[in-house]
Amino acid sequence: MGTMRRLMTAAAVTAALMAPELASAQGTLRIGMTLADIPLTTGQTDQGGEGQRFMGYTVYDALVNWDLTSADKASDLVPGLATEWAVDASDKTKWIFKLRQGAKFHDGSEFKAPAVVWNLDKLLNDKSPQYDPKQAAQGRSRIPAVASYKAVDDYTLEVTTKEPDAFLPYQLSWILISSPAHWETVGKDWVKFAEKPSGTGPWQLVSWTARERAEMLPFKDYWDKTRVPKLDKLILVPVPEAATRTSALRSGQVDWIEAPAPDAIPSLKQAGYAITSNGYPHNWTWHLSRAEGSPWNDIRIRKAANLAVDRDGLSELLGGMMVPAKGHVLPGSQWFGKPSFDITYDPDAAKALLAEAGYGPDKPVTVKVLISASGSGQMQPLPMNEYIQQTLGEVGIKVEFEVVEWNTMVNLWRAGAKSDQVKGANAINFTYFIQDPFTAFIRHLDSRLTAPNGTNWGWYNDPEMDALFTKAKNTFEPAEQAKVLQQVHEKFVDDALFLYVTHDVAPRAMSSKVKGFVQAQNWYQNFSSITVE
Amino acid sequence: MISYLIRRLLYSVPIALGVSLMIFMLVHLAPGDPISAIAPADAPPDVVERLRVDYGYDKPLPIQFGLWLGRAVTGDLGNSVASGQPVAAEVMSAVGNTILLSLCAAVFGFTLGAVLGFVAGYKQGRAMDKIATAIAVAGISVPHYWLGMVLVIVFSVQLNALPAVGMGPGGSNDWAWDWLHMRHLILPAITLAVIPIGIVMRTTRSAVAEILNQEFVQALRAKGLSERHVLGHVIRNVAPTVLAVMGLQLGYLLGGSILIETVFSWPGTGFLLNTAIFRRDIPMLQGTILVLALFFVFLNVVVDLIQTAVDPRIKRA
Repeated sequence: MGTMRRLMTAAAVTAALMAPELASAQGTLRIGMTLADIPLTTGQTDQGGEGQRFMGYTVYDALVNWDLTSADKASDLVPGLATEWAVDASDKTKWIFKLRQGAKFHDGSEFKAPAVVWNLDKLLNDKSPQYDPKQAAQGRSRIPAVASYKAVDDYTLEVTTKEPDAFLPYQLSWILISSPAHWETVGKDWVKFAEKPSGTGPWQLVSWTARERAEMLPFKDYWDKTRVPKLDKLILVPVPEAATRTSALRSGQVDWIEAPAPDAIPSLKQAGYAITSNGYPHNWTWHLSRAEGSPWNDIRIRKAANLAVDRDGLSELLGGMMVPAKGHVLPGSQWFGKPSFDITYDPDAAKALLAEAGYGPDKPVTVKVLISASGSGQMQPLPMNEYIQQTLGEVGIKVEFEVVEWNTMVNLWRAGAKSDQVKGANAINFTYFIQDPFTAFIRHLDSRLTAPNGTNWGWYNDPEMDALFTKAKNTFEPAEQAKVLQQVHEKFVDDALFLYVTHDVAPRAMSSKVKGFVQAQNWYQNFSSITVE
Repeated sequence: MISYLIRRLLYSVPIALGVSLMIFMLVHLAPGDPISAIAPADAPPDVVERLRVDYGYDKPLPIQFGLWLGRAVTGDLGNSVASGQPVAAEVMSAVGNTILLSLCAAVFGFTLGAVLGFVAGYKQGRAMDKIATAIAVAGISVPHYWLGMVLVIVFSVQLNALPAVGMGPGGSNDWAWDWLHMRHLILPAITLAVIPIGIVMRTTRSAVAEILNQEFVQALRAKGLSERHVLGHVIRNVAPTVLAVMGLQLGYLLGGSILIETVFSWPGTGFLLNTAIFRRDIPMLQGTILVLALFFVFLNVVVDLIQTAVDPRIKRA
């Protein structure tokens, strides 16, 4: 009997040892993020696209949201807390936004136009009691067009822009609306608001611990019934180390991880984990200097470089986790247009172009590129750049690197190609968020946005391009605007204004229990349709 | 003794000042500033400048340091630039988590190290000695973050027996001394203990060997004392040296291991420092390092006192 009891105890201990970490409750999704910390919870999130993905469009809404329902078509704007918007026919700086009726904040207060004014003041008006430098840091630069704003009535908002700017709806998609009533309730204190925030989004943040976890529950009164979460709970866990993230998934501590390391993907697939990926508005390029003396001022060299990158080889290096670039935006983008220059791998054509420019494998043209060892959205910068160095070297472009740390890289990107800080580099490998017309095109090549006014890093200056940008900004009808943006993109590609390499595909690995996720072609994702078996 | 204690505690004031100044200068020497780390990369210069003013980084460095110091002496370490939360609260919660982990690692590592070292020193030249020495060399040589990853692959991924990350199913807030939480401690504590095992073992081994060769041990044996009693004398003579090393090791452990805490996502001071460094969160960096430095000073005082108690020949006047 004693032996039997001992055996049973031993079996029980063994079972306890082998039990996976906290067997999932029905309908709880635990996500391992790549972030090291929980993003700002007060409204405007920090920590880039991932911060907005998990703490922005979950807990909050913007006036104008992104359509996150389809994996097949490029994601575009849809009504959020505003149901419709239009620019005044006679005064193109005046916009009227009709606001959604019946939308509620998590604290129960009702969403009305004064709440939007209050939120814009939170970012732009440092005299207002709710002005929050932290959120202003994130939001202020996203709405450069906004000059003034007022509530016409409870459900009508008027926004005036500094000059006609048809991109205002895109700008407002960045601005997330926090609850003024809740801020009053917590004693007008953003630190307290951060502890238990209140937005109008489909998820309600109920608790969080810095660097450890955040827990969200569905907001059953969410205005968009198609986006009321099906899950019981969503838990976010920051796991910045890629190998640890994979281990956390495989040991059952999380059900989903962001960005598994490419070399872990085959073994994850083999172990039965689902890998999802999709193109999204991200590009991985070399942004070229057009300052005096830069070799990239010769279009033949720019085109030769674009023809000399073996993108299929690179794809193999990344385990297929990339979309080879055919231009600045994804081939399926509404702004792609019909460029005549076909970006492909053609080393012979590249050599011919270089020969025409007076260079070749025996007499290479030398370029110097700023690269980082890691960084937000940079994918695998070291092996990728070394691969490109090799393929460009084969046609006669000798590549030298200046490797810098990521924070330094951000500063060098702001400083521009003419700055002494870049130490003579004539290209920078800085990956881009290219989700709206400003972030995709204008900020890189508008001649008015060279340092220190903006991030036209290469000092590109082409009146024809500036005119196209102005035209796009003044084209208010969406279909017409898309046509102008297609012309912009055609010029980007035909003039080979960047070295286009690839687009990231945002790989995610998840347990087979996770169902119903549709990976939209967007930096943000919809977690409402997901269930966990 | 009291005056010694007061003097030692007073020494910690210039040390804390020196550490704060040094850290302040180092973080400002590093490329990138807190504002570039928090503002979106494409924030226009007026926004960045505005932020600099909002956060007080527009003031000259000596003034920034003075302001910070003025608040720090009152116990206010400021707010984190990144999260906006008070630094003092964040640091104390992280320190608590690190203490938990490092004490477990210390208990395991020191016990194993001391026992192995004692056996090795006592059985010098024998197989036991060689095995224990091999363990010590391995402990010191193996990169512990690598070992951590290997342990995770074996015990978390392959055997699915122990969790790979975090401090429990609900995080550090609901820590409890039950199996569900304690199993989170096992892998990081073992990994963290590897270096102390090696160091304590080597120190103990050489100290034991040295004491055993001293004449008083021969005298004790000649007096006919049993081997057990002789060993008792050896232990008392070895203790001060081993304790001093353990004290230092405990200091290192309590400082938090950036690598191990990052590998296991353990929310301690190492993980906090790592995050603060990458986000250029200067108030957080300064606060954490200051607290750790003071902790180290305090711990050395405690070790000194214990040494005196164990070996009255060491006088602290």
